[in-house]
Amino acid sequence: MKLVLSVLAIIVLALVPWVGVSTMGLHTVFGVVLPYLAIAIFLVGFVWRILDWARSPVPFRIPTTCGQQKSHSWIKQDKVENPHSFWSTVGRMLLEVLFFRSLFRNTKAGIKDGPRLVYDSSKWLWALGMAFHYSFLVVFLRHFKYFAEPTPDWVLGLQWVDNFFQVGLPVIYLTDVLLIGAVSLLFIRRLWSPQVRYISLASDYFPLLLILGVAVSGVWMRYFAKTDILAVKQLGTGLISFSPVGADVLSGIGAVFFIHLFLVCCLFIYFPFSKLMHLGGVFLSPTRNLANNSRMKRHINPWNPEVKVHTYDEYEEEFRDVMKAAGLPVEKE
Amino acid sequence: MAKTPKPNELIQIDLTPPSRDWEDPTVEFRPGTWNYAADPETLKYLDLPNPRKWQVSDEDWQLPENWQQIIMEGFKDRLQRFRSFKVFMDVCVRCGACADKCHYYIGSGDPKNMPVLRAELLRSVYRNDFTAMGKVFGKMAGGRELTVDVLKEWFYYFYQCTECRRCSVFCPYGIDTAEITMMAREMMNLIGLSIEWILTPASNCFRTGNHLGIQPHGFADSIEFAVEELEEVTGVKVDAPMNKKGAEILFVAPSADYFASPHYYTLLGYLALFHEIGLDYTWSSYASEGGNFGLFHSNEMMKRLNSKIYAEAKRLGVKWILGGECGHMWRVLNQYMDTMNGPADFLEVPKSPITGTVFENARSTKMVHVTEFTSDLIKHGKLKLDPSRNDHWRVTFHDSCNPARAMGLFEEPRYVIKNVANNFFEMPENTIREQTFCCGSGAGLGTDENMEMRMRGGLPRANAVKYVHDKHDVNVLCCICAIDKATLPPLLEYWVPGVEVCGIHELLGNALVMKGENDRSTDLRGTPIAEEADPTEEAVGESGTTKEGAKDE
Amino acid sequence: MNDMPKIIIGLVIFLMLIGFPLWYNVANDKAGYVPDMELPDTADQCVRDTEWMRTNHMDLLNDWRDLVVRDQQRFEANQVSQQMEMSLSNTCMDCHDNKSTFCDRCHNYMGVQPYCWDCHLEPEEAI
Repeated sequence: MKLVLSVLAIIVLALVPWVGVSTMGLHTVFGVVLPYLAIAIFLVGFVWRILDWARSPVPFRIPTTCGQQKSHSWIKQDKVENPHSFWSTVGRMLLEVLFFRSLFRNTKAGIKDGPRLVYDSSKWLWALGMAFHYSFLVVFLRHFKYFAEPTPDWVLGLQWVDNFFQVGLPVIYLTDVLLIGAVSLLFIRRLWSPQVRYISLASDYFPLLLILGVAVSGVWMRYFAKTDILAVKQLGTGLISFSPVGADVLSGIGAVFFIHLFLVCCLFIYFPFSKLMHLGGVFLSPTRNLANNSRMKRHINPWNPEVKVHTYDEYEEEFRDVMKAAGLPVEKE
Repeated sequence: MAKTPKPNELIQIDLTPPSRDWEDPTVEFRPGTWNYAADPETLKYLDLPNPRKWQVSDEDWQLPENWQQIIMEGFKDRLQRFRSFKVFMDVCVRCGACADKCHYYIGSGDPKNMPVLRAELLRSVYRNDFTAMGKVFGKMAGGRELTVDVLKEWFYYFYQCTECRRCSVFCPYGIDTAEITMMAREMMNLIGLSIEWILTPASNCFRTGNHLGIQPHGFADSIEFAVEELEEVTGVKVDAPMNKKGAEILFVAPSADYFASPHYYTLLGYLALFHEIGLDYTWSSYASEGGNFGLFHSNEMMKRLNSKIYAEAKRLGVKWILGGECGHMWRVLNQYMDTMNGPADFLEVPKSPITGTVFENARSTKMVHVTEFTSDLIKHGKLKLDPSRNDHWRVTFHDSCNPARAMGLFEEPRYVIKNVANNFFEMPENTIREQTFCCGSGAGLGTDENMEMRMRGGLPRANAVKYVHDKHDVNVLCCICAIDKATLPPLLEYWVPGVEVCGIHELLGNALVMKGENDRSTDLRGTPIAEEADPTEEAVGESGTTKEGAKDE
Repeated sequence: MNDMPKIIIGLVIFLMLIGFPLWYNVANDKAGYVPDMELPDTADQCVRDTEWMRTNHMDLLNDWRDLVVRDQQRFEANQVSQQMEMSLSNTCMDCHDNKSTFCDRCHNYMGVQPYCWDCHLEPEEAI
């Protein structure tokens, strides 16, 4: 049901711009108005979400320590897995953000006869996650060439590396293959593993399918239904310099492009309201971004509450007689 | 009391999820898998809201009329006060990496024991009421309304989490189910849903200074009795100062150490050690509890109970505080105490009076873990040790959840063990250190009525013990946690008969050569120490130690 | 603990990174640039329709190469001639004789790096 819903949503989303452009001629709506709207929603939404998280304080210092603490000079501290200083915490965060350190630990538990519990190393999820995120990043960055004039050298460099094998024409981008492959496999994994299927919501299928839709429509346009990219770049540079092109240029661009662009806009709009915000959230996770130094430096809780405590005086008041009988010293005789 | 299934029945675990969607909140409160409700008198004593007589097995939990409103306000309030909660509600991508990391899931196969679904129980309500997506798309966006059934489901599953944080180690965003469980329990407390085994110890601790409710004279008796017992075993009469003003160090241990077995032998170890090094320290009857069941209730309760330690240190005029072997106690001391009840500016930076070592890592909180203290003594050669007195023990070490994942105390205890025992074997690497498995009974769940769930939750730990028991004839599981010492014996009895549980300072007490001691023919338990160990067996033990040692270094 | 400054710095860095094209264009002031390809005055018709050529010329050249090199078929019939040599250097660049004002203008604009000239020489006029 959740899956059907997501698939239907993607089909409808792909049809909207196709109908809009090819039968209703709404080129400006889909080429200019929506992209501006999507970017605005994305930027405002993203910043708002981060600030909304930031507004809630971090009352306690609760890092999950995954290595030896700093203690005696003769015991080697695991600075990355259990940092106590700012810079080693930065190191831990970099490993987490850039290399998905925690996911790399993944194991798969099983019960064998005996009974014997076994924990097999299971790096698939990590590998797919890395392949997906990095190829998506490269694809995203490559698209800067449609907005930046002259095309920056680093984009050309990225493109050159991505084209390294010079297979096919236009030369196939490695990241196109990786992206579609990884997203598809992640999607299949969601359906294949009974546990993961059980926990999956529509909001898990939908973004995967949306990204797949974006990638497939892009690839389709590059290799099969080619469109006038000169006009596309004019549109891109026009949008980013706030002087969007007119309908004359837009009408020269094929419908597949508008499907691609529309799906991208959907992704941008959907982003701040969804789990995709983990992009920003990963930086704000208190179990990872705090140093384990709460015994070295006092962590302040801004709302540290006044609580009712049982003072020693109250305690002694209640137990003075038995304390005296037991020979325990008391404050008041 | 429910009859606990036999191990061979219990091991039939089906990890395949059921056909009905998880959004269906119906829970079957099967006997043996839940804990009794708290007594209203306890709630009243602690000034907690909505006390009433109710029981989990009742159809009607007699919720206050506006319970939904109370929970929702509590929810909103916590989102605003805890960034952890807010971020963890939002960023989960349901990748499933955490699923089979939970000992309760591995042991029960109940999909709602996957950390991700445990959190989703709250998240679904969060989405429904606090997010734009949920408000627009409702169920389609994975939202659920907070109904009585959902509340009962919360109760069932948030009292099936031991806040051990193992899932958090594997989560790519560090989502910590312990944090989520703590929030859920806090919210349920608002409408008077607490369990007896958390709240009674908490109220005992509030009143008498310790979870067991031992009054000052009982406390003094226990310590004095231990002193006598130690004299019987070692021939040395030690001094155990109590509530002594002007002592250099306040020593705080979990109360089980002086009241329960096998904790008790650890107490004998402390007493022997402190005497032998001539430590100027004191026990306190007011701060006679290192543990803190408030941690399992609410941050406010934690603060209320924890406040006694600094207050007593101040009253007695000590320089710093030494803490005993206890797991969750050290989560509180390491991550909460200074923030909640500090600054401890009336204390001095801890410095070992014996070695002169300054404990820089505790320079603000001023509280040192006893294995940090003891490992330093051994490193400096201040103790005369005869590890062969532990040759009847073939030892493995269980990293307790909190010292492991909320502190990173890995090498200090191992250093002590390796110096006081000759036969030490590590359990498989996926089950120790930061990946250690919970005893299955922490966070207030160690009750008899919850026995089936405890045996299920403890399965991964016990199974790893079984591995070293089968392979290396390990016969004792050493640990530094009072809850472990209370709950691992029945667990091992169930899954791995023949393995005992001990504390590090028990082993240390065995090995410690004391001035003026007798021939020490028995260990602290009164078990005769093997006269002459079988030489072949010893050879195996030594090679085993080296091999395992080399692997983990 | 107040970490708002750190978070704001992080946000600003993020916005700077994803906003790269914006400030890059402002710095270069070329966003309005549209390449103007110089068309040959010697011919009024290409081997295929202009619209088609605009998006598919790479496919044509690729096909030509395969036909010539692999199938030894050197000529094709098209709308310009019944017997047209399938050659980048001899046919295409016969009319479009200036690589830099035709091919390069658009390729550079689009950041496309075709490998045609890894092997082929440019017509001499252009050098």
